[in-house]
Amino acid sequence: MLRVLAKIQKIGIVTEPLTVSETPALEAVGEQLKAKVGELFSGSLAIRQVDAGSCNGCELEIHALNNPYYAIERFGVHFVASPRHADMLLVTGPVSRHMEAALKRTYEATPPPRLVIAVGECGANGGEFGVSYASCGAVSNVIPVDAVIRGCPPTPLDLMRGILEAIGRLPRSARG
Amino acid sequence: MSREWMTAFLGRLALQDVPVEEQSPPGLAPARLLLVRAEDWGRLAQEARNWECRWVAGFGEDTGEEILVNACFEREGSYFMARTRVPRATPLLPSHTPYFPVADRPERHTQDLLGVVFMDHPDARRWTRHQAWPDADYPLRCDFPASGRLPTSTTPPDDGYRFLQAQGSGVYEIPVGPVHAGIIEPGHFRFQAVGETILNLEERLGYVHKGIEKIAVGRDAQGLARLAGRVSGDSTVAHAWAACMAMEKAAGIEVPQRALSLRALMSERERVANHLGDIGAILNDIAFSFGYYQFTRLREDWTRLSYQAFGHRFMMDRVVPGGVAADLAEPMADAMRRQIAGLRQELKSLYAILDDYPSVEDRLETTGRLDPQLARLLGCLGYVGKASGHGYDVRRDAPYPPYDRLKVEVPVYQYGDVAARMKVRAQEILVSLDLIEQLLADLPAGALRAEWRTPDAGAEGLGIVEGWRGEIVTYVRFAEHGKVARFFPRDPSWTTWPALEKCVRDNIVPDFPVCNKSINGSYSGHDL
Repeated sequence: MLRVLAKIQKIGIVTEPLTVSETPALEAVGEQLKAKVGELFSGSLAIRQVDAGSCNGCELEIHALNNPYYAIERFGVHFVASPRHADMLLVTGPVSRHMEAALKRTYEATPPPRLVIAVGECGANGGEFGVSYASCGAVSNVIPVDAVIRGCPPTPLDLMRGILEAIGRLPRSARG
Repeated sequence: MSREWMTAFLGRLALQDVPVEEQSPPGLAPARLLLVRAEDWGRLAQEARNWECRWVAGFGEDTGEEILVNACFEREGSYFMARTRVPRATPLLPSHTPYFPVADRPERHTQDLLGVVFMDHPDARRWTRHQAWPDADYPLRCDFPASGRLPTSTTPPDDGYRFLQAQGSGVYEIPVGPVHAGIIEPGHFRFQAVGETILNLEERLGYVHKGIEKIAVGRDAQGLARLAGRVSGDSTVAHAWAACMAMEKAAGIEVPQRALSLRALMSERERVANHLGDIGAILNDIAFSFGYYQFTRLREDWTRLSYQAFGHRFMMDRVVPGGVAADLAEPMADAMRRQIAGLRQELKSLYAILDDYPSVEDRLETTGRLDPQLARLLGCLGYVGKASGHGYDVRRDAPYPPYDRLKVEVPVYQYGDVAARMKVRAQEILVSLDLIEQLLADLPAGALRAEWRTPDAGAEGLGIVEGWRGEIVTYVRFAEHGKVARFFPRDPSWTTWPALEKCVRDNIVPDFPVCNKSINGSYSGHDL
């Protein structure tokens, strides 16, 4: 136990402040983003992540949001186990047809008001996989999408800025 | 690597009236190609099993006139590929599954995608195919368009799959997925349980099938490398390397020494990043938050340096046909050396804590035990095999440059529990740190990339590398004008997913997440 405490003491807190950026990380697709929805969620945001066919690259970077450097929970954003508990769906992948029904059911199970962010090149436009007998392509081909975070995969910083932009929680100075 | 057994093996087949035609396509070398008749396909497998060969991979190909079926085997570091052909109208073949259980799902995949019927296969159920295409259609056949034939309405959920069921007092069924509670790929797990104890687990995968094999057709080499790097994002370097190796062998291209060393460096960095993250995740699954935060911190540090050195956190698209797309600057090499020294110190203190912590011991030891005999039967690769007595590692046992110049230590444990699978990773990290130091010390000067040369039509190649999950085997065949005719990447997860079903028996349901994490099969790499 003492070794554990000593290690914690030695490493300290490594969480980094969120730096200001000129370019928005989020591509707003729908009008809802600019509307009241952002204000409604600015206290806290519950996110349900849905992998709709990704290669797992995006998932790794989404996981990183919970590591000590990014520590997204300090902004009141947390990941939940069920769409019933969620304000937002974070969807990755080119929506494989074998995940189409599951994605739609998950969306329908999310109580409004709800936001959908499509993540990664695959989520944005089908990415390297595109539309085929096996994939539907962009997430917006299957469910309504409010915003897109591009990247292959998007970095944790891209993700964090994008999510915070979506709910109007970016640090004051970044909103100019 | 003794070839005497191969001569004796072929002699034995001849004695049984199984004619074998041997060929040596340059792109498959050093593996040989053995052509057999369709009616002998089963006996070939039987004899291969008698000779204690390992069944490595199986896949088919529609040439337009007939369907080729391939099966790759390995023994003592030597590989061979057996091939046969069946008519498109009556594609019947004996199954290899009765002799090699690991052939089960690959054969069902070939059945779903190509329509080959393995007559004595013990499991008649479809595997990869859910409801995206009807059973009369075979997506990998030439006459099936990549865009598919179904009308554009929602693909129905796959409700009709028959799971094994248990009967008895107090037995109940728990369906989990495809959407899972955490941030993780989708798949379905059907538990039969009594109280908290798991009686049986059955997996249903295929949810992230993206038609990778079909959309590869017609791509050029660059395009295939990009696709290969996205078969399983966490293994982007290794998969891209295997695919490029297959293509380079088909085209007869020699990759410059510096590029090979850089590929290995990136591959070892990929291994370390994933092992660090996995150890953190395993500890998170037993609620040891301290461990989770320390190891994810180390993974982030490691990933950031990969980004600084090569321009992408996961080094995606850095392995390209002919070589690599990024060089290593000297200051970056120095930074890597410093990082390695620091990481060794950190790991020393952290491993000491993990070894000694009673609650970690209590949760991980004896949990999810995979018996060595079962691991061998299932052909388990990577850290799953190594934790259960089977230390096959391509870097040591069938080395490819630059590993032919390096000494690779392979940690092997016998007990096969979650603790052992974590220890293998912990040791492999240290081995990788040593390898990276050696690679940095001996980094050859020279070109980063050989000039690409259009391969001949029909040229085929095999790429075999040790990814962080284990042996990746990739097959590529070219058509005219340097376009891909066939791409088959065999991710090692094909061999470890079945092991998960077995290792959780008699464990409690709440230990399923940590068992799953300790195996950590790739869903995307498996579903293609």
